[in-house]
Parts: sequence; structure tokens; C-alpha cells
Amino acid sequence: MIYTYDVVVIGGGIAGLITALKASEKCSVSVVSKIHVTRSHSVAAQGGIAASLGNEEEDRWEWHMFDTVKGGDYLSDQNAAEILAKEAPGCVSMLEHLGVPFSRNSNGKIQQRRFGGHTQNFGEVPVKRACYAADRTGRTIMDVLYDECLMRKIPLHNEVFIHNLLFSENNCCGVVGYDIRDCTPIVFHAKTVVLATGGAGRIFKTTSNGYSSTGDGFGLTLNAGLFLQDMEFIQFHPTGIFGLGILVSEAARAEGGILRNNNNERFMLKYAPSLKELAPRDIISRAILTEINEGRGINGEKYVFLDLRNIGKDTLLEKIPEVISFIQTYMGISANEAPVPVAPTCHYFMGGIPTNTKGQVLIDKNHTIARGLYAVGECACVSIHGANRLGCNSLIDLVVFGLRTGKSASMYSKKYNRVSLPVETEKISENKLIFLLEKKGNSSVYNIRENLQNLMTEKCNVFRDGQNLSLALHKIYELKKKYSDLILNDNGTHFNYELQEAFELENMLKTAESIVYSAFKRKESRGAHFRTDFPEREDTKWLKHTLVASNLQGLKVNYFPVKISRFQPVKRKY
Amino acid sequence: MKVSFKVFRFDPKKDEKHHYDTFVVETKLNERILDCLNKIRSKQDSSLSFRMSCSHGICGSDALTINRVPSLACQKLIKDYNYTSEIIIEPLRFYSVIKDLIVDLDPFFKRLEKLKNDEKRKPINKLEKRENIQSIEDLKQFEDSIKCILCGSCVATCPISLETDPEFIGPAALLRAYRYIFDSRIKNINEKMLLLEKAHGIWSCKSHYKCTLVCPKQIKVTKTILKTKRKIRERAVSKRHEGD
Repeated sequence: MIYTYDVVVIGGGIAGLITALKASEKCSVSVVSKIHVTRSHSVAAQGGIAASLGNEEEDRWEWHMFDTVKGGDYLSDQNAAEILAKEAPGCVSMLEHLGVPFSRNSNGKIQQRRFGGHTQNFGEVPVKRACYAADRTGRTIMDVLYDECLMRKIPLHNEVFIHNLLFSENNCCGVVGYDIRDCTPIVFHAKTVVLATGGAGRIFKTTSNGYSSTGDGFGLTLNAGLFLQDMEFIQFHPTGIFGLGILVSEAARAEGGILRNNNNERFMLKYAPSLKELAPRDIISRAILTEINEGRGINGEKYVFLDLRNIGKDTLLEKIPEVISFIQTYMGISANEAPVPVAPTCHYFMGGIPTNTKGQVLIDKNHTIARGLYAVGECACVSIHGANRLGCNSLIDLVVFGLRTGKSASMYSKKYNRVSLPVETEKISENKLIFLLEKKGNSSVYNIRENLQNLMTEKCNVFRDGQNLSLALHKIYELKKKYSDLILNDNGTHFNYELQEAFELENMLKTAESIVYSAFKRKESRGAHFRTDFPEREDTKWLKHTLVASNLQGLKVNYFPVKISRFQPVKRKY
Repeated sequence: MKVSFKVFRFDPKKDEKHHYDTFVVETKLNERILDCLNKIRSKQDSSLSFRMSCSHGICGSDALTINRVPSLACQKLIKDYNYTSEIIIEPLRFYSVIKDLIVDLDPFFKRLEKLKNDEKRKPINKLEKRENIQSIEDLKQFEDSIKCILCGSCVATCPISLETDPEFIGPAALLRAYRYIFDSRIKNINEKMLLLEKAHGIWSCKSHYKCTLVCPKQIKVTKTILKTKRKIRERAVSKRHEGD
């Protein structure tokens, strides 16, 4: 089966849908997703979307830009951070006019709350910048965009798994994959392909990410021989529900939640005396794990308490009803009566597929573009978030850069003629499927995956060091060897998830390898990347972006400078 | 502790008719039903097919019939059931089964499309103008309905959909319509209400309250449908008066 469109978007989260909606104004576009479009992990975004509307107190886009850059430990490209901060208010306004049911203040304007690292006057005091719809912000944005896609009759190809990018005449000209329902090979012939595939939290044992966050876009990019950028920077959200990793939104702390150790101390006073519980996530995650490692976890266990009791039942139910409900469901705890056990959980990838501010994928450190290929959202690295993303900056990133990518991809499609597909593209999928289904090896998908998740959690977590990273690299190499000796127990063709998980596992292994190698090479600590053997940030050597790729000879890294405009790097304190 | 699961199986390639397999799973009281299904797939039978994504009740992927009641497998724990006897896992009713626990949701999503009239859409652009003003009270009018995660449980238990009118647009689509009709910012609600009045539309609903009972987000679905009906009637009355 071959479908032809001008623009094909891979991934049906918020970034993918915004891109598709924008592109649909000018050309034919379709969205391809391995799960139903409304199921993407964007729906799990709880706390809010950042924009300096100033509805509650004075705010300016310059402050938002500064906070983003400082939050990113000065690794953010400042031209990108400037675009984000400047265009955020107009984008939130667009969402509101499309129908997003934002929570309101008494004036009927969009209500805003505090969020980690967002401040007034270049770091002085916390500012209310997060716009939100209770703690269902992602879900409600998604619903409105989905309805908008239906109204504009954008074709959605649900439950199709894409495993290869197609190139000819130096252009990306489509993708190939298969229908998960029945293993029919499907080719999309496009003028431009947009990757909007999200993150890869599932390479860790404990993650806030859903089962679909397996780094498929990273895998597709690496397989095409292209670079990924800044992969060592992975955000661990400080307050995952202990054991499950499901998120307790930062909004819980924004509304007044307090972190306490086994001595009932409010330990954030030590680590970030001015912002305390509203310091950026990398700082709080390290603080929690330091408390735990030094024996002050609750009853010596590997968690601390998030105490929400001072907030009051009514406020909790009004501001974070979903969170309160799943704390009750999964932990059996009434959050207004007892503290909640929390620990850091893998949450977000700051790095990803390198792009410029139009979403065009870059293929080298000289900013040469890959013709016909775009990336947007969590899978892309513009780089806005640098070494650590601030809460609420992800949703706004999706919208601001989704619009830009949609516009740019449709203009590209208008300007250039269609490049013909390489020959026998459907065969690529057929051969891959037959190969995996008929393989008679000794290793199971589940065994390799579990080993990978344990390995990443043990060796490449919040605290890292050279010895463990090098060990992890070796172990991943072994797991990749095991992968080539795979056997699937299910050789059915209808909704064969073991088969899909085998494809995903390949992406996970490659993503993990690029992360560990980048982390091994970066011998400093910056933002979310903390090396116990190199605990200081070192701007003279390391104020630069990592590019990592893999070829038959192995992995290679390259570096290129950070774009600095308004804000010179200074020591980061909160 | 060990718990038995009696699981609905059907492979369109091999089977004429469905059957049940029993799996015994080592589990804990606080474990999710979804965790147990995953254990079955990774340790006992990798050919068992079911959908999942977020695993905490916000994406709507894993609605199943658990002990005869539509529920999210990620939202229900072992302790929620009588785990000393078998826990029965079946696909959602109403929809046709494709494989094992996976049903064809196209009819579900198609019904949402039916509500879309061909209105002129606003451009997708960042805006210079500020947001609409909406009071907290106006937001409260439809706030309950935005909790819907499109899991399809309500349709799978609706006696109208299941028994009397299979073409019925169903509670989820009606809830979605309510969400826009009662949003003070939306202007063309008369057209939206006209759409609901077509055959198999809102008047097919006979307020059995089954949807409200099973909704995993505790939305008062029937109440919203009744409010929409009242609004349609009011409009009809005021139109008649205009005609006088």
C-alpha cells in the first residue's frame, strides 16, 4: 500500500497535531501514529504551559527567556529560547481561541500559577507564568487539537508502525512501516517528513513516560546515519510516585507542597534557599537522591515525602484533582491526610534530533539541513532546553515550534517537486517483518528490554561516573549482540505486539547507546548531566553541544558552539 | 500471592470462534490489572494482544471488560476484585473483536466525526489579540465533561447501543457535543444541536444511567445528556414564540 501526501507527520502528540494543522492550510498532510492519535503521551502533561501573559502579576518575555537559559545551565541556544519566550503568549492565546478550557481567575482571564525556575526580574522571586487547565493541561489541549483535525479532515493513520526513513536524490521522500492490525507493509510518499515521535523514557526502569515512549524517532534518525544532539541530558522529574514512577505534578509544589526527609526536615532549604521546592528539576532530583544516599530517606528507604497536607482539601481537588485521585488509587493515600512517598523518575529528553528554528533537521555541525526532513517536539533538539528543561516549557515548545515547523514544511512542499521513491520500498518492510517473525535465536525481547532498563537505571541515572558509563557501554554492546540472536514466540500477523516491541527495542538500544556514549564523553557536570568524577561545570571546555552518530565503525561524537546572545553564562544558583 | 485470570482469546487467522485461556499470575494486592496482563505477555504467552499506553488512566487505551464491567486495566488493582476466584478479562462489548482483547474502535471515533459541521475554521496562528474572557462559573458549566478520555467504556455498556439502536451516536459523542454547546465561548451552538437531533441522535437516549455508572473518570454523563436535551427543547419553544 502506498499513500501520497505533501507532508507526512510521524507521531500524533501535540507537536505532531499542531504541525499537521498548520501545514494543512497550504498542502495535503497526514498524521501517522503507532497508537490512536488521542492516546499519545502528550495527554499526560499535567501542570501547565508557560507564557508571560502577566495575568496575575507583572511578567515579561525577557524574564521567561532568561529563566529558560539559566534553567538550561546556559546550554540553550539563546536565539531559540528568545523565540520561545516571545511567541509563547500568542500561542497560548491561539489555543484558548481554539477552545482549550483553561482555568480562570476572578477576572475571567486565564489563571496562572508558579512553576519551578520561572521568576520575576531575572531570578529574583517566583512568578506566576504557568497557564493550566487544572492538572489536565495536556489532555485538554490534545482534545481540542484532535477535534480540529477532524474538522479539517486531516487523514489520521492510526496503529501504523514506521521503521525506516526513505531517501532518494539526497532528499527524504517518505517513510515505510506496517499496519499493526495485520502486518501489511505501508509506504508514505511525501515531499517532507516530520518526526514528532516524542521521548524514550521506557529505556529506564522507573519513568513517568507511557509504554509508547520508546525513542522511535531517535532510532529512525540514527539508522539513517544522522546525528542526535545533547543526548546525555535527560530530565529526572523529582516527584514520581515511589515504585511506579507516575508523576506527581510540579503543580503540587507550586500550590504549596513541601519535601521532607526522614528527620521531617524541609531539606530544599539547604539546596536552593531562595526557590526551595520551586527550584529547577535537576537540582531537586539531586537533592532528593543526596538525602536518600546519606541515609535520610524515609525509614532508610529510597524515597522522601511530598507533604501536601498544608494545602487544604478543596484547593487540592480544584487544582490537582487527577494527581490526588491516582495517589488515592495506586497508593491508597489521601494526600490531604498523609504525605506521599516520592522519588525521581525519568521524565524528559532535552536532547534529540538537531533542528534549526524552522524544524529542519541538521546533518552536521555547520548547520547543513537534511532536505525534506523535519523534527519537532520532545524528539527534536532546537535547542531550547539546553541541559535542563523548566516545567511548562515543554508544552509551549510543542506549540511554538509546531507552528513554525508546520509552516516551514508546507512551504518546502510547495516550493520543491516530489522526488520519486526508491524502488521496491514495500519490500523493505516485508523483508524486515519476515526476518523478525521467522528468526530462530535464543534471546527474548522481554529479557533484553528488562536488562537494558535495569542497566540504564543503575549506571546512567541522576548521578553518573566514567567507570559506570564505560561499563554500561560495554553491556549495551552485549545486549545488542543478544538482540541479533532474537526469537519471537508469537509469529502471528494481527496485533502482534511482541513484533512491535522487537522493533521498539532496537530503537531503545540505539538510543541508550547514544546517551551513554555522549554522557561518557562529556567530562563535566551541567544541568541534568551530573558526573561525580567531574562535579563542576566547565565552560572553557564544555560550553558546546554534543553531536553523536553511529556507523559500522562504532559511535562518533562531534561538538559545535552554543548560540549566546543576551545572557552570558554565570554560575547557576537558586 | 497467585491470582487466576480467565482471558478471552481470539485470533482471526486461526480461530473460527473465541475461547478462554486461564493464566495464573504471581502478583500483589496493589498491583494493577494491566501489570498482570503484562506479566502474562512477557512470561507466559507473548501472543496475548491488548492495548495500553500511559498506564495511569489518562490516555484511554486500556478499557476492557473486567468481571463483566467496562474498566481501565491500569486503574483497577487486584484488591478491587474478589481475587480468590478467577478474574475474567474480556474485550469491550459493542465493538467487533479484532484479536484477543483488541476491538475495532473505528465506529467509536467515526461517531465523533459526525458531530463536526462544515464551519469555517480559524487560522492556526499565534494571535496578537488576548484570550476570550470566561468566568469561573461559565467554565464550571462544562468542566466535568472535559475529563473524558475517549476510552469507549460508556458506549460498551449503553443498553441503547447494545440492544435497541446499534447506530445510536452514543454517550461519548453526546458528552463531547455537550462540552462545546455549554462552553460560553462557542457561538454556533444551534447548528451543533441540530446535528444531535438527527436519527440515532440524542433522542435515542433513554437515560439508563449505565454510562454514568461505568465512567472511569466519574463523569455524570447522563446528567449532561439531559441538560443538552433540555436546552434543545428550550430552543424549540423560544423559536415557536418567535414565530407567533
